[in-house]
Amino acid sequence: MITFEGVTKRYRDGTVAVDDLSLEVPTGAITVFVGPSGCGKTTSLRMINRMIDATSGRIALDGQDVREIDPPTLRRGIGYVIQQAGLFPHRKIVDNVATVPYLLGWNKKKARARAMELLELVGLDAGLANRYPFQLSGGQQQRVGVARALAADPPVLLMDEPFSAVDPVVRASLQDELLRLQSELRKTIVFVTHDIDEAVKLGDTVAVLRVGGRLAQMAGPATLLTEPADDFVRGFLGRDRGIRRLSFISAKEVRLGPAPPDLVTDGDGRPLGWRTGDGLAAYGTFDPETDSLRAALDAALLSPNGVAVAVDEEGRVRGVAGRDAIDDLLAEYAPPVRGAGSAAAEEAPA
Amino acid sequence: MNWLADFFGDAAHWSGPDGIPARLLEHLGYSAAAFLVAALIAVPLGMLIGHTGRGALLVVVAANAARALPTLGLLVLVVLLAGVGTVLPVLVPLIVLAVPPILVNTYEGLRGVDADLRDAAYGMGLRGRQVLFRTLTPVALPLILLGLRLSAIQVVSTATVAAFVGLGGLGRFIIDGLATKAYSSVIGGAVLVAALALAVQFGFLLLDRVVVSPGVRQTR
Ligand SMILES: Nc1ncnc2c1ncn2[C@@H]1O[C@H](COP(=O)(O)OP(=O)(O)O)[C@@H](O)[C@H]1O
Ligand SMILES: [Mg+2]
Repeated sequence: MITFEGVTKRYRDGTVAVDDLSLEVPTGAITVFVGPSGCGKTTSLRMINRMIDATSGRIALDGQDVREIDPPTLRRGIGYVIQQAGLFPHRKIVDNVATVPYLLGWNKKKARARAMELLELVGLDAGLANRYPFQLSGGQQQRVGVARALAADPPVLLMDEPFSAVDPVVRASLQDELLRLQSELRKTIVFVTHDIDEAVKLGDTVAVLRVGGRLAQMAGPATLLTEPADDFVRGFLGRDRGIRRLSFISAKEVRLGPAPPDLVTDGDGRPLGWRTGDGLAAYGTFDPETDSLRAALDAALLSPNGVAVAVDEEGRVRGVAGRDAIDDLLAEYAPPVRGAGSAAAEEAPA
Repeated sequence: MNWLADFFGDAAHWSGPDGIPARLLEHLGYSAAAFLVAALIAVPLGMLIGHTGRGALLVVVAANAARALPTLGLLVLVVLLAGVGTVLPVLVPLIVLAVPPILVNTYEGLRGVDADLRDAAYGMGLRGRQVLFRTLTPVALPLILLGLRLSAIQVVSTATVAAFVGLGGLGRFIIDGLATKAYSSVIGGAVLVAALALAVQFGFLLLDRVVVSPGVRQTR
């Protein structure tokens, strides 16, 4: 666990980047710091590995004040990933990944073997090991950055906008990859982003910061979407909160009915379309095992008859869900009704 | 062309204490001594200033002084101070001439390293020295070598002035040739100096191939 207790950072020019920040980053989960540019996310993150020292307050790693630890030693025990990857251009990929193991005095063979393991773990071809960073795409470099941070198996990982510089498709795959890795590794991750969608997708807990490095709200992503603490958070979350919230509800419990005869399938039972007077109409599918209620609703909206087709992982029809079935589940997850007294204190957006 | 044939074709020019091999060795001797001393001063100093960011003013002053200082004037001054007959009058101006390109390029090379990279190096847990020697220096190496190369070429060309104060080197062919109106000797000496500068250039390009990481060379 990482604890911030009344942490303030005032830069030499007088800028107060972080103001009296207190929060707890739970072990083994992803905590996202999100907020507009300049709100102090990077400063907060870098105070954990002492790339920046706090002006006052205390940051503790499992109870130990980070200021009691020699910075290089502290940093070797904390993975650190930055936006531009920051790979060493003069070193081969394998040696980039082995940076911290080398620093910790592992012998070359062991360090390289570990580096190869990590390249595989982050989904990179072993053939890239002997290339130089400039020979890799931005997305690949970013994966190397993650591998390098994980090389010495640190319990804590700090990530500062690691996926911001790559295109949206690559970003989505890097995000998925991080979630997959995390389900295996269970690291304590602090992830900084200005992108609320990324925050909501990746965070087990999301800390929304406002300019001046003050904590506006800290909550799970679903709670954040349904119960923003104030106008600032509501504004920052943007539109479609209701729809986006459905991403956090599994489609497992959607009541499935048998596929009606007008759903045409191929020989393997995969859907081809809805029979209409003059041909086949579009259809939408979702996999109840892995998809969210948002995907189910989306699938229903794609079919002219408002019926979503449930498929298994092979893409074969398992049944169908009408909008009524989706509605019933929606009702179950309706946002709680707030009592008149509990309305959060409204504050003008900073 | 026949002047060249006169000079290089004459067997007498290839032996003895004032033959081409002996003069070439003298020339190389002064050049190497001045260059090594300059490199030993300027490389560490440039690295230190580039790494710490302190003393940058010194680099600016050195860069400007280099343009303003007359080598010959300095030579005469040192001769007046130290007297003729020692190598000091030659070495001092050559060293003064050789330091700025190395200092400036080493400094700029280190300063020019991407801030993100420096940051990543510290973030991984490298200590100050490790950042300097394992990250900044290898990445700045192409510029450091450029500085050394420029400096070496200048030194080799300028070591000709040794002849002005009665010392040896390839300058002798030029000075003595001028004095005796033996123009084949003047031109032969000039050609030798130019060839030597080219050889230095080539040597440094080879060195670049060997010591600069392909990862850094390609990105420039
Ligand atoms: N080294 C510095 N000196 C002075 N002000 C700084 C420095 N670094 C950041 N700041 C200021 O501190 C505030 C927070 O910066 P930062 O933590 O980088 O924000 P974020 O990562 O959320 O964009 C900004 O106003 C920024 O301009
Ligand atoms: Mg930032």
